[in-house]
Amino acid sequence: MDIIKTEKLTKKFDGLTAVDNISFSVKEGEIFGFLGPNGAGKTTTIKMLTTLLNPTSGSAEVAGFNIINEKNDVRKKVGVVFQDPAIDFNLTGRENLDFHARVYALDRETRKKRMEEVIKLVDLDEKMNIFVKNYSGGMKRRLEIARGLMHYPTVLFLDEPTLGLDAQTRRAIWDYIRKMNKEEGTTIFLTTHYMDEADYLCNRVGIIDHGKILIIDSTTNLKNSVGNDVITLSCSDMNKLLKGLEKESWIKNTKKHDTYLTIGVEKGEEKIPEVIFIAQKLGIKIKSISVRKPTLDDVFLSFTGRTIRNQDPEHPWKQFARRHERRGG
Amino acid sequence: MQHGELQAIYVMWLRQMKRFIRSRSRIIGTIVQPLFFLFILGGGFRGATLPGMTGDYIQFIAPGIVAMAILFSSMYTGVSVLWDKKFGFLQEILVAPVSRFSIIIGRTLGGATTAVLQGTIVLIIALLLGVTVSSISGFILAYIFMILIGLTSVGFGLIMATKMEDFEGFQIIITLIIMPLFFISSALFPIASNTALPDIVIKLSYANPLFYMVDGLRGSLTNMNNVLHPLINLGVVLVICIIMLGFGSYLFNKTEA
Repeated sequence: MDIIKTEKLTKKFDGLTAVDNISFSVKEGEIFGFLGPNGAGKTTTIKMLTTLLNPTSGSAEVAGFNIINEKNDVRKKVGVVFQDPAIDFNLTGRENLDFHARVYALDRETRKKRMEEVIKLVDLDEKMNIFVKNYSGGMKRRLEIARGLMHYPTVLFLDEPTLGLDAQTRRAIWDYIRKMNKEEGTTIFLTTHYMDEADYLCNRVGIIDHGKILIIDSTTNLKNSVGNDVITLSCSDMNKLLKGLEKESWIKNTKKHDTYLTIGVEKGEEKIPEVIFIAQKLGIKIKSISVRKPTLDDVFLSFTGRTIRNQDPEHPWKQFARRHERRGG
Repeated sequence: MQHGELQAIYVMWLRQMKRFIRSRSRIIGTIVQPLFFLFILGGGFRGATLPGMTGDYIQFIAPGIVAMAILFSSMYTGVSVLWDKKFGFLQEILVAPVSRFSIIIGRTLGGATTAVLQGTIVLIIALLLGVTVSSISGFILAYIFMILIGLTSVGFGLIMATKMEDFEGFQIIITLIIMPLFFISSALFPIASNTALPDIVIKLSYANPLFYMVDGLRGSLTNMNNVLHPLINLGVVLVICIIMLGFGSYLFNKTEA
């Protein structure tokens, strides 16, 4: 059964098309990821699916309800963890959860029982009675995930769940996400610009860039599409080598970058001598060569022609400021 | 009304109360400033006579200062929606299955409650300084005025919050609009019965919403120096309050996160 189904969903902001005619579906119980750079339209898609924004055209159904006509029903079914922290820092963790549960009309018993469950799920037992302003970044994120689960949502939206967190905390958050997907059967829709995150967590990934979905498939299929192995090499005359290599039948695909070439092949280790041989025959000097398993980075590259714009984890406020400017505030 | 909607109103109100009780600096700040006005300005002018004023100056200024405390406190609550916008908390509320109207009601009630609490503290201090209350019914009417002043100002704050992107705008509005309005509201000195003032200022003061709030509060609390009958003031303030709240929640309803 499809939990999310979109039909030509489009959102425009003053002439800028943030989400461009996207149609996709997410199955019950899966972890589905949108992978793309900042500004690709991931957050806008989440905001439309969670009824915070009205689409300019097109439509979507979430948990069987229409996001335009049945807003309140959709809201009951979804949990959201926003990219920017959306907790009240001047309240304790427990108060934040309790407020959330009340707004979602859980009765007293359910509130209590559920709170203990979600707290346990994200290991925040001891920190529940201190103010959120004293939490670390990872703890805030965990609290938000716990809160998103409070009202037994059918689908949980996670917008860049590990943005700005350190490697260890990210790993822990990933495990919580997997755990709740497994234990609670919650369908998860997440967005990320981290390849490793999409690779580790998602059953299926949609690659999104400039508001358009380029491809949706399982991570394994996506990686296989660029070849079993990727050879990266830098040499003196890249164009000449590229021409020479294109004649070979064992080469799945090639791509030229600023300072290096990537070649998709099977059994990469055995192909390195052949590549060197061809280069020598053409009188080209190879400076370096390596072989590795393909990553989603390579997939992204082959579909968009560039690597995901390199972004360091940044403070959410900066993104806020940027979004702010873009809206012309 | 559904259970969830009532809970939403309660939660928004409770959140406001908790935040208020926990932010000591805000409590101190909003109490100390009116205290300065009462003690220093009120004390300094205690024996003075002003054109158009009868009786003791502190008796005159006390209702004005109570109104001021409520005005600024609740306007701040309204504008603090901006903080929620900035820190994302608003999204969490907007994505919940409750109507925007409940959110607004809860927030407005919370803001007005904290403001009236602050006004009460100032009022108690004023009473300790020797301000006399005219009658029990006047005292009750004074509280109705205080609540209405609170609600109106939250509404005005909300309007500002939906129209502004940052806090600099708030400061400018305080300096350019609220302070002048406050000065010609007769909170600090008489306007309408003041022969020393040019006619145009007196006429303008009747177009000032704050005038009716201050005059109404003064009339009901001390029954001295008020220009209009408190019940006339009550009618005017009620209309202003409904307009402000209606417009404020209309604008908030349209906000997209």
